[in-house]
Amino acid sequence: MAKFRGMKINPDKFHRSQIKFYFILIPMAIFMGLPIMFIVSHAFKPLNELFAFPPRFFVRVPTLQNFRDLISLAGDSGVPFSRYLFNSLVVTVSGVFLSILVTSLAAYGLSKLHFKGKKLLFEINTLALMFVPIAVTIPRFITIARLGLIDSYLVLILPLIAMPVGLFLVKQFIDQTPNELIESAKIDGASEMQIFLKIIFPIILPAVATVGILSFQLIWNDVIGSTLYIDDESMKTLAFYFATVAQTMPGQAANPVAGQGILAAASLIMFVPNIIIFIFLQNKVMNTMAHSGIK
Amino acid sequence: MMISRMNHPAWFFVPYVMLFLTFIIIPVIIAVGLSFTYFNTIEAPEFVGLRNYVELLTRDEIFMQYVLPNTVKFAFIVGPIGYLMSFFLAWVLAQVPHRTRTIFAIILYSPSMTAGIAMAVVWRVLFSGDQSGYLNSLLLNWGLVQEPIQFLTSPEHLMTIMIIVSLWASMGVGFLAMLAGILNIDQTLYEAAYIDGLRNRWQEVFYITIPSMKPQMLFGAVMAVVGTFQVGLIGVQLSGANPTPQYAGQLLVNHIEDYGFIRFLMGYASAVSVVLLLIIYGISKVTFNLLGERD
Repeated sequence: MAKFRGMKINPDKFHRSQIKFYFILIPMAIFMGLPIMFIVSHAFKPLNELFAFPPRFFVRVPTLQNFRDLISLAGDSGVPFSRYLFNSLVVTVSGVFLSILVTSLAAYGLSKLHFKGKKLLFEINTLALMFVPIAVTIPRFITIARLGLIDSYLVLILPLIAMPVGLFLVKQFIDQTPNELIESAKIDGASEMQIFLKIIFPIILPAVATVGILSFQLIWNDVIGSTLYIDDESMKTLAFYFATVAQTMPGQAANPVAGQGILAAASLIMFVPNIIIFIFLQNKVMNTMAHSGIK
Repeated sequence: MMISRMNHPAWFFVPYVMLFLTFIIIPVIIAVGLSFTYFNTIEAPEFVGLRNYVELLTRDEIFMQYVLPNTVKFAFIVGPIGYLMSFFLAWVLAQVPHRTRTIFAIILYSPSMTAGIAMAVVWRVLFSGDQSGYLNSLLLNWGLVQEPIQFLTSPEHLMTIMIIVSLWASMGVGFLAMLAGILNIDQTLYEAAYIDGLRNRWQEVFYITIPSMKPQMLFGAVMAVVGTFQVGLIGVQLSGANPTPQYAGQLLVNHIEDYGFIRFLMGYASAVSVVLLLIIYGISKVTFNLLGERD
C-alpha cells in the first residue's frame, strides 16, 4: 500500500498534498465570484461613486438609495413595488409546492407502480431533458390562449410545473429505496397513496428539496409568463418589473449612470433568495445528484 | 378516508402527464405543424409544404451567413469547455476536505443562479466601451491598450464576451451531478487499481474515475448541451439590440424571436424552432455515442 498515492476522495482534513488543488480553486473562485461581488458592491454605491472616474470596484460609503429608487420607481408606473413582490411570492410558493407534489407523485408511479405505457413515459421524459422551452414560445402561447388561461395566476405557474429534470432526478432517487418497505406496508393494508405519503415521501426529502430549488429558480426568475400571458399590469411579477426597468433605464439618457446602481440592486434582489435556499439545502442536493446518472 | 383507497396508478401519473402534454408535447407538435404553413397570426395558417425549410436553407442569407455559424461556434466552444471545466473542477473539489469543498462549490455554482436582463446590464457596465467601463479602465491603467475596446458593440468582440459570460455561468446542475458522482466512487477501487499496476493520475482518471461515474457524465453532458442553447438570448441582452450589431451575436433563439415576435411570421419561426430542437437532439445523441465508447 505504500505505493498508493492516488486519488483520496473526500479527505478528512487538510494535507500538504492538497495545496496544488488550491492553486486551481482559488483563482477559479475569484473569477467566478468577482462579478457577484461587483453586483453586491455596485448595488450599495451612492451616485457620486457610480459616477466616479476612474471607476472603483468596491463601494466606500454604502447607501440604500438604489433600493429606495427601485421601489419608488415602481409606484410611478401605477403598480406599487409591494404588488409585484406579492405576486412573485404567491406564484413562486404555490408553484414550488405544486411542482414538488406533481413531480414526486409521478416519480413514485414510474419507479414502483406498474401500468401500461410506463416505460414509454420514462423514455419520452428522458428525451424531454433535451427540451428547450424557449424554442416553442409561440406554440405555447397558442395553446395557452386556446385554454383561456391568459391573465390568470395559473398561467404563471402551470407551464413551469412539469419539469422533466425534476421527474428524472426523483425517479432515480426512489429507485434506490428498498421494495421490502413497500411490501410490508401493503401487508399491513396501506394503500399506494398512504405508502407514498407516509413512507416514501419522508425518505426522498433530499430529492424533493432539489426539485424545490430547481423549480424555485425557474419560477422566481421567469419573465416570459408575465410578458406574454399577462396583460393586467397588477398581476405581473418582480422579475418582469426588473426586466422592464432594465429595458427602459439605459435608454434614458437623462441618467444612465444612476440606472446601473438600481439595476445592480434589482439583480441582487433576484439573486439573494436563490443563493440562500441553495446554501441551506446544498447537502440534500448533493445527496440527490449522486443518483442523477443516465443509465 | 379517500387516501386509503387511492391505489390506481392514475392518481400518480395523471397530473404530471396532463401538464407535460399540455405545455411540452403539444407545443412541440404544434411547432412541427406550423412549420409547414404560412401563418401571420391574423389570417388562418395556410399549408405551404416544405417551403419554410427550403427558404431557410437556401434563401435566408442571414441564417446561413451569421445565425448558423454563430450558433455552431458558440455551442462548440461553450458546450465542451463548460463541460470539461465542470468535470475538472468537480474532480479537484472532491479531493479537498468537506467544509472547504462546500464553500468553493457554492461559489462556483452561484453564477448559474444569476439570471435575467438586469444581470446583463451589470455586464454592460463591466464591459462598457468607454473609459468608465471597469475592464477598459483597468486595461488602460495597466497600459495594455491605448484606447478603450468596444467590447459589446463591435462585431469582433461581442461573441467572445458572450462565450466568457456563458462559461462563467456554466457550472450548473451538471457540475453538481458530476461532483456527487465522483464523491460516491468506491475508494477501494482506486486502491485495488494501484495494486494492479495503475501508474499515474491520467490512467486513474480514464480507467477508474470516468467509467465509475459514467451515468453522471451523461447527465452532465445533456445538461451542458441544453444549457448551451438555452442561454441564446445573451447576445441580445449584452448588446441591447435584436438584431445584434452586424448579426455578430445572433443565435438560433434570436432568429426565432426575430421572425416570430418582430416580423410575426410564425410559420417560418416554427421551422427555425424545429431545426433548433433537432440540432439539440442530434448533438445529444452524438455526445452519448462519444461517451458510450469509453467502456
